[in-house]
Amino acid sequence: MSLAQVPNLIPALPELFIVCVAMALLMFGVFQKQDPASEAQTTKLVTYLAATALVLAILWVGMVSEVRAVGFGGLFITDPYGGFFKVLVLMASAVTLYISQDYLKRQGMERFEYPVLFLFAVLGMMMMISANDLLSLYLGLEIQSLSLYVIAAFQRDSLRSNEAGLKYFVLGALASGMLLYGSSLIYGFTGATNFDALAQALGHAEHAPSLGVIFGIVFLMAGLAFKVSAVPFHMWTPDVYEGAPTPVTAFFAVAPKVAAMALFIRVMMGPFGDLIAQWQQVVVVISVLSMALGAFAAIAQTNIKRMMAYSSIGHMGYALIGLASGSEYGVRGVMIYLAIYLFMNVGVFACILAMRRGDRMVTGIGDLAGLAKTHPMMALALSLFMFSMAGVPPLAGFFGKFYVFMAAIQANLYGLAVLGVLSSVVGAFYYLRIVKVMYFDPVDETLDRPLPRELATVIGIAAVFITFFFLYPPIVLTNAAAAAASLVGG
Amino acid sequence: MTGIPILSILIALPLAGVLFILAVRGDAATVANNSRKLALWTSGIAFVLSIYLWADFDPSTAAFQFVEKHPWMPDFGVNYHLGVDGISMLFVMLTTLLTPLCILASWESIKTHVKEFMIAFLVLESLMIGMFSALDLVLFYLFFEGVLIPMFLIIGVWGGPRRVYSAFKFFLYTLLGSVLMLLAMLAMYFDAGTTDVPTLMTHTFPTALQPWLFLAFFASFAVKVPMWPVHTWLPDAHVEAPTAGSVILAGVLLKFGGYGFLRYSLPMFPEATVMFTPLVFTLSIIAVIYTSLVALAQEDMKKLIAYSSVAHMGFVTVGTFTLTVQGIEGAIYQMLSHGIVSAALFLIVGVVYDRLHSRQIDDYGGLVHRMPAYAVVFMVFMLASVGLPGTGGFVGEFLVLVGVFQVNTWVAAFTATGVILGAVYMLYLYRRVIFGQLTKESLLKMADLSRREAAVFLPLLVLTIWMGVYPTSFLDVMHVSVENLIQQFETALAAADGTALALR
Repeated sequence: MSLAQVPNLIPALPELFIVCVAMALLMFGVFQKQDPASEAQTTKLVTYLAATALVLAILWVGMVSEVRAVGFGGLFITDPYGGFFKVLVLMASAVTLYISQDYLKRQGMERFEYPVLFLFAVLGMMMMISANDLLSLYLGLEIQSLSLYVIAAFQRDSLRSNEAGLKYFVLGALASGMLLYGSSLIYGFTGATNFDALAQALGHAEHAPSLGVIFGIVFLMAGLAFKVSAVPFHMWTPDVYEGAPTPVTAFFAVAPKVAAMALFIRVMMGPFGDLIAQWQQVVVVISVLSMALGAFAAIAQTNIKRMMAYSSIGHMGYALIGLASGSEYGVRGVMIYLAIYLFMNVGVFACILAMRRGDRMVTGIGDLAGLAKTHPMMALALSLFMFSMAGVPPLAGFFGKFYVFMAAIQANLYGLAVLGVLSSVVGAFYYLRIVKVMYFDPVDETLDRPLPRELATVIGIAAVFITFFFLYPPIVLTNAAAAAASLVGG
Repeated sequence: MTGIPILSILIALPLAGVLFILAVRGDAATVANNSRKLALWTSGIAFVLSIYLWADFDPSTAAFQFVEKHPWMPDFGVNYHLGVDGISMLFVMLTTLLTPLCILASWESIKTHVKEFMIAFLVLESLMIGMFSALDLVLFYLFFEGVLIPMFLIIGVWGGPRRVYSAFKFFLYTLLGSVLMLLAMLAMYFDAGTTDVPTLMTHTFPTALQPWLFLAFFASFAVKVPMWPVHTWLPDAHVEAPTAGSVILAGVLLKFGGYGFLRYSLPMFPEATVMFTPLVFTLSIIAVIYTSLVALAQEDMKKLIAYSSVAHMGFVTVGTFTLTVQGIEGAIYQMLSHGIVSAALFLIVGVVYDRLHSRQIDDYGGLVHRMPAYAVVFMVFMLASVGLPGTGGFVGEFLVLVGVFQVNTWVAAFTATGVILGAVYMLYLYRRVIFGQLTKESLLKMADLSRREAAVFLPLLVLTIWMGVYPTSFLDVMHVSVENLIQQFETALAAADGTALALR
């Protein structure tokens, strides 16, 4: 084999690093003693090493994704756009891994596979973000999904956790099937799977694209909508969120969503960018439905994890506004939105992880009653997150919404924007309800205190970011602008 | 003008106070006591600084003064841009004046979570000052909406029995109005390419777009003013809010709407303003007459004053949309005097509420026998609210009526009815609370105004009389800015007519 035939590995170095670390940690774990005490020791060590690997990967991604580079014969691409999302995914994963520890210890779930599965899931997500071919897209998606199915069911002795894993698996498999079917249709009608080749084939057609391609795109979108849990492919979300162990839910709520959204945008704006007239209406519809369902269905929830599931459906609806506008403004809006979404969600889930009485976790919204008296700082932080999610300025959540709505107005999607802001008012109601429970209701039964140190740290950092983002918005804006330009402009 | 950034200091000062309060340690009583003192000091210093603002203000120019401009979101050309003119400066003063008085008024009536209350109030002050001095749409929206958070908490945590319902109603009503305004702002950004307010004032928006933009802004400001029929959040919020909350709500927050019309709707959408003036007049007349009648039927003192606020703000919207110098100056004057008078009236209710914990009019009667000083204070503000010559209320109402007579006699006639009805319900309230025999057992031990309460009322009393006797000191400040506003408005309108003619 000559040197020219060796695929260009340089763009994929951070991914290769993650693979190597994941496999090394797996081997390390397998060859340790199996008694409970040393297993706890091993888990702790593996968790720390995995988190360190993720942090190192952040730095590495920052270095390799400055310029656009294609590797593996066009299957894999790195660009500032991918770099931005990879950093978000890695940050979210590292933080969730960090805040999982206390939970794992208390629930007796200390097994070293947990961090290893995390690493594999992260690898899948990074592949998704960097996919430049329908095949590498599918590959990345499945690496991620298979790891997530197992993590969802990680609490082996809990019926609900198992149910969540199984449900996620069955529905996820269906979505993957649709996605594959769509890919095969697209391949059949265009003869290409590579994104650049597809863009070539579809961009220069004098006549309208054939029906087969459009069918293919719709199936592909259905599969991707499932992964970002947009209505009408959202059914799995509340059950999986509620059933999965809380740190896993925290993980599900951010990293896979961010990765799937990055993939969604790359696919739609890249190979199918010239067919925007064909898919824009579909995105508008799923965006409106997600926002509306997220807002209305969350009102009736009494379990905070379930409420967060509907909230995340709603948030994906807002992010999809950016995609629907199909412009550089839109892509930038989604990036800012998701970056802020990450901080809000991580903060909220850290608070949920801190909801504990004795040795059991509580997840009822009513369990937060009077939190302002018993845990004033946590109540303050959680209400900041809630106001931020509702999109009230000057908190960061407002800026996220601001930029996606800006994109919608620029693309003349006035109806979508109006429906969006109206559902944000409905959504404000249930976010305020949490604030109401914490501040206006009398104390019922207090939660444990003090908070574990890692949770307090994460809550504090997230709250500071959310509150003071308005002082210096360019911290996210400038990067997002460059990244969006690299996708749409380049 | 480029000296110390006084507006930024005014905005930052209350926040610095918050930091100090957060740093207070010790047992509960010490914390509460020190928080009160710190809050009073910070807001007091802010007031002194704002006097400097007034002293240094040049009333001979309509240009924005004390301007500060720094890049904030350079990717979108959004700036941190502050500045005041003759209109907004007076509102900044009103804010800095009322905040320390509110803090003083809640000295004893707020017993739980004193520290948090003071923090919420200082944050509120900072946001209100920012909202009046913002000269960038995004910045304005940030402050305009940010106010909801502390106010929601003030009503919800320290309010009366139905506080949760009222807090939600207040929050969601206001949010619903403002999100539409946000979209209009974005549309304006793409049309004009900037969010800079002074630039937008001279920008001509397409005739087809103007009505939509106007309606979106109207949705927000009409809820804030509040105009009939979107006023229903106000009585609830007022009744349930603690005294200081009601004071700041009536005194400053309601002015957001009136100020918004003057700063945004009129200069930016002149054609749409002309188009919608009949609508605004109709809604305002209904507000003036209907809510006055509703006020007459109230059994709850705070609710009565809340409805009277809606009626008085009806004068403001009428005056604003007359688009005459007298009308607009009257509207601004009415807002300022209402800011002081209604604030004082809520404080007056607060005084007896602190003693008896009832706001029902029937629970009182004959208070003049036990509380003569209180009766005098109440009388002055009651008459100011009615619009008796010699008080601030008269000047505002008179100017508004002068303005509206030049435009439409019928509107003037209907609006003037409001003055009479206002006298009816206020005098009726005064008679039932203050006069008559002191028969009720519970009232026999009522003490007259304490020294602290007197200290709260004294500045308001002086100001009301001052505004009534020598209005020039306030009118001079706003005059040039108002004339400039009208001139700009007419130029824009003439230009639009010109293009319309040219198209024909």
